[in-house]
Amino acid sequence: MIYNIPFIAVVVMIFIGLYAVLFKRNLVKMVIGISIIESGVNLFLITLGYREGGVVPIFTSAPSEAVKNAPGSMVLPVPQALTLTSIVIGVAVLALMLSLIMHIYKHYGTLDVRKIRRLKE
Amino acid sequence: MNWFELITLHSPPLIVAVPLLAAFLTPLVSKINDTVRNLFVLIMLSITGLLIAILGYDVLTNGIRTYVFGGGAPLPSGMNIPVRIMFEVDGMNIFMVIITIILAIVGIVYSWSFMKDQDGLDKYYTIILLLVTSMLGMELTGDLFNFFVFLEISCITSCALIAFWVHKGESLEAAFKYIVISSIGALFVLFAIGLFYAQYNALNMATIANAIQFGFLDKIALVLLIAALAMKAGLVPMHMWLPDAYGEAPPSITFILAGATLASLYGVLRICFTIYGNAFANIMPVLSSAIIEWFIIALSLAAILIGVIMALIQTDFKRLIAYAAVAEIGYIFLGIGVGLTSVGVGYGEIALKGGVFHILNDALDIGLLFLVAGAIYYATKETSLDKMGGLARNMKYTTVFFIVGLLAVSGMPPFNGFASKLLIYESIYQLNPILAIVAILASILLLAVFVKVFYSVFMGPALPKFKDVKEVPRSMLIAMGAIVVIIIIFGLFPNLVIDNIVQPAASALVDHSSYILKVLPGVT
Repeated sequence: MIYNIPFIAVVVMIFIGLYAVLFKRNLVKMVIGISIIESGVNLFLITLGYREGGVVPIFTSAPSEAVKNAPGSMVLPVPQALTLTSIVIGVAVLALMLSLIMHIYKHYGTLDVRKIRRLKE
Repeated sequence: MNWFELITLHSPPLIVAVPLLAAFLTPLVSKINDTVRNLFVLIMLSITGLLIAILGYDVLTNGIRTYVFGGGAPLPSGMNIPVRIMFEVDGMNIFMVIITIILAIVGIVYSWSFMKDQDGLDKYYTIILLLVTSMLGMELTGDLFNFFVFLEISCITSCALIAFWVHKGESLEAAFKYIVISSIGALFVLFAIGLFYAQYNALNMATIANAIQFGFLDKIALVLLIAALAMKAGLVPMHMWLPDAYGEAPPSITFILAGATLASLYGVLRICFTIYGNAFANIMPVLSSAIIEWFIIALSLAAILIGVIMALIQTDFKRLIAYAAVAEIGYIFLGIGVGLTSVGVGYGEIALKGGVFHILNDALDIGLLFLVAGAIYYATKETSLDKMGGLARNMKYTTVFFIVGLLAVSGMPPFNGFASKLLIYESIYQLNPILAIVAILASILLLAVFVKVFYSVFMGPALPKFKDVKEVPRSMLIAMGAIVVIIIIFGLFPNLVIDNIVQPAASALVDHSSYILKVLPGVT
């Protein structure tokens, strides 16, 4: 049960984020929602990287007996690499969204989605 | 090893690397002057096109080609599954990169005149090249996480390009809508990739395709992937961003954005046919419980009907074409859905061929119409159909191009739309005649929509305010003319295209086991 807590947290974070995107009227709050979804997905990836009894895959700082006796005990650093990449991408998307919001505020004078409706149906 | 083999060997990464390098050189080159920059971008894309031709020739004659980054073999010592990033190129990948590069080159040539008097053009070309890079990357990669990275790049760059006319509030609104939807979609894709990694410890598409069990988590991953990628491809009911984004972006951008939508569509195909190929073939019995196939067919019929009906009531030229694009995407998915119901046999094969061929035709036909709409906007600064009229007097070449686009998009012989739509009609008639009737009726309605547009834009009395309107500059005419020539050639000789590139693409989709075998030799 205790091992499942991160996964529960992942699901809860994704749903909180989706709630914010779907039901909040303020553009900035929608962006915060997307950020929360992203954190949830990153948490999911990093949780997958945990292996019980594994050794951190940093060759120079691994305990010497682990390197000698069980070379396979170092975990594969793929999830960590994925998470780093996804964080970097997330920052780029966040910056772009916030700059768009700035421009939208200049044009419309509001951040309320109900009033930003110049596009026709 | 002579130089030609060397280029062939390294062409998959070079196809992505050349536009990427060019993208970041463009701001430097544009310090010299504008003409040099335009030529530089065109030359770099032509080099990419040449590499694609070399790679395509090789793949179509010698079969699937892989390229592993950071080593000759996919397996470093001690590993029994591929962990390195690899590009895997088969007939389908080649087919998609050919479409992308045609759209990119024509779009760049069109942009020369269309965007001429605007500022920030160094950034414009940089972002276009990055968008092209991301599309090519999505279409060549054999690694799911790599696919996600390129998907995010395409999402960021397309959003930046949709918002390129920052002075218009509407384009910002469309761009924000687009980035919210596509970044959530991309996060779903990442979550699904995490689910795969959790079960199979792999990110390589072929490895996952080999190991797939189609358990509960795989079903969740399938739903997430299809939902996110079909949304980016603009399938109904997730099409609402598409008319906004297509309608508000500069028309030269819309043309290239159509390529980004098709790259996502390629993702759907790769996931349905390759990654879940084993699961669909073995675990799901054909036709009797084919839920996902019928779901896709139902959605595609909805897409066709909604696209056509919404196109009927539009008054904005580009939004109208965007709804027609929604309908065309419906036709592609219709072919694919029918193809999924009976993989590799009889009418299913024809339907799949028709669907794949229609990807190419949709890009060309809808693209041509967008370019014509852009030309009219360039000449008159008008997008509303109600305010136009009598333009055939001033713009005779554009009128001819529009007629070609109109007939091609509504599936009239002798243009290319007819060839692929006939394949789709003929095969879905055998599955269910009602589907074929609906599809043909929608096509006729599409013709009606565009004939209406033709009359309101080009026919009618000459309006005094358009007295000084001239034909558009030469580079735009060349771009549209090139597309028209391709459309007519494909329409007159459809067999040439079907035999040489469509057939290998369709059979590559169906034949998922050789895709797997290329990476994991010895697996049956």
